[in-house]
Amino acid sequence: MALVLTEEQSMLRDSARGLISDKAPVSHLRGLRDAKDPTGFSKEFWHSFAEMGFAGLLVPEEFGGSGLGFMEAGVVMEEIGRTLMPSPFLATSVVAASALNRGGNAAQKSEYLPKISNGSLLATLAIDEGAKHRPLQTSLQAVRAGNGFKLSGAKALVVDGHVADLFIVAARTAGSAGERDGLTLFLVNPTAKGVAIERTIMVDAHNAARIELANVEVNADSVLGEVDQGAALLDGVLDIGRGAVASEMVGLSEEVFNRTVEYLKNRKQFGKLIGEFQALQHRAAELYVDIEITRAAVMKALQALDADVAKAASSVAVAKARAGTTATRAVQEGVQMHGGMGMTDQFDIGFFMKRARVCEELFGDANYHTEQLARARGY
Amino acid sequence: MSESENADLETFRVETRAWLEANCPPEMRKPATSDADVFWGGRNTKFASEPQRIWFERMRDKGWTVPDWPKEYGGGGLSAAEHKVLRAEMAKIGARPPLSSFGIWMLGPALLKYGNEAQKKEHLPKIAAGLIRWCQGYSEPNAGSDLASLQTRAESDGDDFVITGSKIWTSYANYADWIFCLVRTDSAAKKHDGISFILFDMTSKGVTTKPILLISGYSPFCETFFDGVRVPKSHVVGTVNRGWDVAKYLLQHERAMISGMGERGVGRPLGQIAADSVGSDAQGKLDDAMLRGKIASFDVDEAALAACAERAVDLAKAGQAHPAFSSAMKYYGTELNKRRYEILMSAGGVDALEWESERSRQGARPRAWLRTKANSIEGGTTEVMLGIVAKRILDLPGA
Repeated sequence: MALVLTEEQSMLRDSARGLISDKAPVSHLRGLRDAKDPTGFSKEFWHSFAEMGFAGLLVPEEFGGSGLGFMEAGVVMEEIGRTLMPSPFLATSVVAASALNRGGNAAQKSEYLPKISNGSLLATLAIDEGAKHRPLQTSLQAVRAGNGFKLSGAKALVVDGHVADLFIVAARTAGSAGERDGLTLFLVNPTAKGVAIERTIMVDAHNAARIELANVEVNADSVLGEVDQGAALLDGVLDIGRGAVASEMVGLSEEVFNRTVEYLKNRKQFGKLIGEFQALQHRAAELYVDIEITRAAVMKALQALDADVAKAASSVAVAKARAGTTATRAVQEGVQMHGGMGMTDQFDIGFFMKRARVCEELFGDANYHTEQLARARGY
Repeated sequence: MSESENADLETFRVETRAWLEANCPPEMRKPATSDADVFWGGRNTKFASEPQRIWFERMRDKGWTVPDWPKEYGGGGLSAAEHKVLRAEMAKIGARPPLSSFGIWMLGPALLKYGNEAQKKEHLPKIAAGLIRWCQGYSEPNAGSDLASLQTRAESDGDDFVITGSKIWTSYANYADWIFCLVRTDSAAKKHDGISFILFDMTSKGVTTKPILLISGYSPFCETFFDGVRVPKSHVVGTVNRGWDVAKYLLQHERAMISGMGERGVGRPLGQIAADSVGSDAQGKLDDAMLRGKIASFDVDEAALAACAERAVDLAKAGQAHPAFSSAMKYYGTELNKRRYEILMSAGGVDALEWESERSRQGARPRAWLRTKANSIEGGTTEVMLGIVAKRILDLPGA
């Protein structure tokens, strides 16, 4: 399959871009931040997003979704990256929808997927526990109790955690931290007894929370997938999330880059446009090439995910690692080349730098994914 | 793509896989280990081995030395999609190209676009069949990065041009049968406007070559001298004084070729090669954490570049490619190849320093390492490539 967008995908991009740039430019995020908005995104806009079929983009048609693929989800994420729009799309429509669709039984799917498609249910994966993304280190305990389980432990960087209607919690039912066997995913109601949620205001003004579970009781029907054998399901769901975040980072990088090149063409110093200086031209050219290469690597990963999620790990590791280093470079060059203006809150460039830093940590940073590739290649 | 086209392509894939399996000798399913192991064709060529001959002749007979050229010129007549399938199937079994040739990579595409029918009929089949080996007369002692300032003169004399001047960095000029050459046909015009692109036989009276010894100890490049070489005017490709158009078009192909020179995805992972000399710890991790990190970063970038190269082909097919994108790929591909060899030298340690021993295959690794330093100079330096990206793609001012 060709590494270019099909006509349908281009149309999807155009309609997503039209909607997002019109209704949620960077000023939208700024407004939510400045107002300390309790929801952290626009519910009204999320409903129109759902009406256009975006909320259920990955959900099969039988559950009210659009039944599209990861390439299409990447197209939407890229547009989200261009304006830094805060939206439940990543946590609910990509990660949680994939977890439910891939791991859910018939009852779970028909209960939750239609509500995700129509925009009425927000869901999120609770995975990280320490400062860094280390899924196998999961130690939140789930012990059998009667017909169900009792969950105890803490999670961090739970995206949309304070507004979610459903948590998908990675827990350890057997073995110890670091082991693949013994991981299980649970569906947890955020209003259940013993759940404590702390919204954490983040550097990028996007939603996140820390959650603590203290002997939270769930029944056996709350297991997503198989007990003790959740690692494979988790791997796939995380790779899908990584592909989506990498797409967001491509959109973010390109937007910062375009704004920066525009600045080079307009800002005058020493009687010249600063874009005439070769020192800046070459740095801009290098960054352009970096972004193009990263875009191709991300498309390759999305294509691999569409072909077979279980075989996409190496392509996804390459994509997320590249997206991390490229976005980091793009935002640093963006701020530097905007000079003093880049340091001001009034100027948008800083928002991109902050969001890039969060995206870098989400589902594993460049170091993590580079390490994964080294292991896969046996050295 | 329609379903029937998909089905046809799938049939082509199955047939190609079977044909390659039956016809590619096992010895030709690994990368060439030295330059002598590569078949370049030409009047004076000899095959290095029997498998090399068999592989070349079988591929030639199918037109697959140049799979996407028209059949009437000795090509395979494959569509872009079929060509991609053939490349993928060859890569899958590690089949090496049957013929390496500047005629294929550089002159052929330029002739297909700018040559007249007589020129195409005369030269393309001989390139496809490996009968004539070509060299490129572009750079001059005073025209390197600033190629358009070249001074080799071609003076009109009846039906001929008489060519006088010298070229430098002419790859394999001492082995080449013919040259495609940039000459100045109008010295009064602006520098880009008085250049012509002309073809002539290297055995013509007045042509001499002198190999240049490089830091690698090899002499792949020559100085080439023209002393009143008489060439029929009919050998000009395209319009007289418009040779810069042809030159630029050909340079795009040259840059694409050089960016693809690295041994991407071929053979064992770099990390495992490094483990041979550096060693591994109990968990199988390379026993040098810093080197391991560099290799892993290299692997990420190499895989990403491979995706980008694939996408560049797809974009070209879809008519969405920027014409200057080969400069972007050239810059990145050559810098990456240099990184690869810095890693290989570091991984090889003392073993990678021997220059003449049998053990080191006459210093294959250090010589190859030194050779890669030219990658970011030849065919346009990294700095020139970045300038082209800045000017032609990013549209930055005054570049």
